[in-house]
Amino acid sequence: MSDFVSRIGTAPYVGPRRTAGSVGDAIFEWLCRGAGLIVLLTLGGIILTLFIAGLPAFQHFGLGFIFSTNWDPVEGREEFGAFISIFGTVVSSILAILFAVPVAFGIAYFLTELAPMWLRRPVGTAVELLAAIPSIIYGMWGLFVLVPFVQMNIQLTFGETLGAIPFIGFIFESNSFAGTSLFSAALVLAIMILPFIAATMRDVFEQVPPVYKESAYGLGATRWEVVSGVVIPYTRKSVVGGIMLGLGRALGETMAVTFVIGNANRMPQSIFDPSTTIASVIAMEFPESLAGSLQQSALFAIGFLLFFISFVVLATSRWLLRSRLKG
Amino acid sequence: MNRRTLLLGTGSVLMLPALMSNRALAQQATITGAGATFPRPVYERWSQAAREAIGVTLNYQSIGSGGGINQITNRTVDFGASDAPLTTEQLAERKLLQFPSLMGSVVLSANLPGVADNALKLTPEIVVDIFLGKLRRWNDPKITELNRDIRIPNLPIGPTYRADGSGTTWVFTTYLARVSSEWKDGPGAGTSVRWPAGNGARGNEGVSNIVRNTPGAIGYIENAYAVVNRMPTTQLRNKAGNFVQPTPESFNATAAAADWTAQNFAADTIDLAGEKAWPMTAATFILLPTNPPADKVEASRNTMRFFDWAYREGGDIAKRLEYIPLPASAHDLVRAAWRANIKAPDGSTVWSA
Repeated sequence: MSDFVSRIGTAPYVGPRRTAGSVGDAIFEWLCRGAGLIVLLTLGGIILTLFIAGLPAFQHFGLGFIFSTNWDPVEGREEFGAFISIFGTVVSSILAILFAVPVAFGIAYFLTELAPMWLRRPVGTAVELLAAIPSIIYGMWGLFVLVPFVQMNIQLTFGETLGAIPFIGFIFESNSFAGTSLFSAALVLAIMILPFIAATMRDVFEQVPPVYKESAYGLGATRWEVVSGVVIPYTRKSVVGGIMLGLGRALGETMAVTFVIGNANRMPQSIFDPSTTIASVIAMEFPESLAGSLQQSALFAIGFLLFFISFVVLATSRWLLRSRLKG
Repeated sequence: MNRRTLLLGTGSVLMLPALMSNRALAQQATITGAGATFPRPVYERWSQAAREAIGVTLNYQSIGSGGGINQITNRTVDFGASDAPLTTEQLAERKLLQFPSLMGSVVLSANLPGVADNALKLTPEIVVDIFLGKLRRWNDPKITELNRDIRIPNLPIGPTYRADGSGTTWVFTTYLARVSSEWKDGPGAGTSVRWPAGNGARGNEGVSNIVRNTPGAIGYIENAYAVVNRMPTTQLRNKAGNFVQPTPESFNATAAAADWTAQNFAADTIDLAGEKAWPMTAATFILLPTNPPADKVEASRNTMRFFDWAYREGGDIAKRLEYIPLPASAHDLVRAAWRANIKAPDGSTVWSA
């Protein structure tokens, strides 16, 4: 007994063991409660700080701040509007999801159904390693490898052909040939969020009870029918959760996007035009903004809007899932 | 040997290095500065050299001019550094003295296969039209007529700019606004502006990378960066009507032509009228509090000692790094301003040399 108490070390010996345990329980409970509260307080604090610092910009421009495409930081005629950066953020993230989800599904399908056992571990680890690469590395790699590739092999090769498609051709027609564009940014983002989505999908695919799959196989279903008819419906909620995790990361990604998006505060006419995102505008202009200036306030304000967009994305995904499960 | 002597002996051995480092600290003063990224290489080399020469070590953080102004306004550093000069009101409000430390130039770099370094001639009008997005191809008659002696490839023009707020952008856009009313009323001049055309990249290295990778791209970068990285540069027609090459000779011509008696040393060095003057040359500035509190007087004096030494001995280091030292006439004006403006809390002048 005394040996046991001395091993704990911190708790003094106070008679029956039960009392000592309940003091420890109370301390532990409060520590855990504090840990939980810290999350809430930090989140609330950040939202509040962003909002208060961004308030002068919101007051100055009103609701027009969100819809204005003007971003003019020149002293004496400052005018700030968030629409272009909001547009760039949302479009690049959605394109990234469109690129990443099919590939992530392919990876997960391969790893859980097709790959021989000895290959699953190394490929799975490689996918997880991709997630561990710092975003600045993706940015540099994107700038030095991916951007010239997009410029030479995608934009110049397919751009004109795609541009000739009626009605939607304008999406691919661009006068900008530097290679840094919305498309490049979406591609880099897709590669960055791929491991998150793929790892989530693989993990949840593996959790499907073998009985279900075996029953389906027993009824004569093909591999594809098993995945589309059993695995995906069973794991739908977690799959969408994984995609939303990736979307959340894509919305807030800063360095990698800044390197390859072209940082142009103009409305892009095509996906090969340079654009900008909220996170990269903040990264680019914050160091040179004066404390208390309207510019800095506008930067805080778009930071607040980014927070808001992320929140809406999360809320929408929850809502979508709920309504589908009911229906 | 009893226990006490042993203790005493160990104690004195332990104390000895502490005493020595204290004495070394007394000789080796440290000053802190923060701000502009553009002069960072020079300040760092000056710091190394000044540590040996006058015992002042500079701890400089290149966080950007805006950050430097914020830091010195809050007095968290001994001096701030800014590429763009502050206005008289801004200085008065923050109780700061502004003086130049050295000069640098902005050059244009274009990727035109087959065109030699410094062969391409450009006029201010062409540069403005390129960055307004009006000139779209390199074989436009406006450009080819000027450059009859060289063969310019038929490529689309890709203007490239600094997307991060920077003094380099301030110099370049101030120049464009000076030579073109359309630019002045359009994008205007500032550390970051609303670019009507082209691609933005982060830092000199980002702009250089786009220029290097994209045939037909043209961008503006700091001369020091361009020389070290062997970027192909262009000629530019100056106010006197001569085509000048971006060389130390034409930069020094600008430095000599500038009027350093201007208020707050905000001498106009952009688009000067000198025969050989390179039009995009500008000084970078130091911001020093005019009212150092009692415990900061020594740091304030050491800051002035540091820059006094840099004016006297630091010119060669600056030149080796492709920056332009200030002309000697400016040095004495700065020292006079220190004497007249920087006052300790008891009213005495901090700089008496």
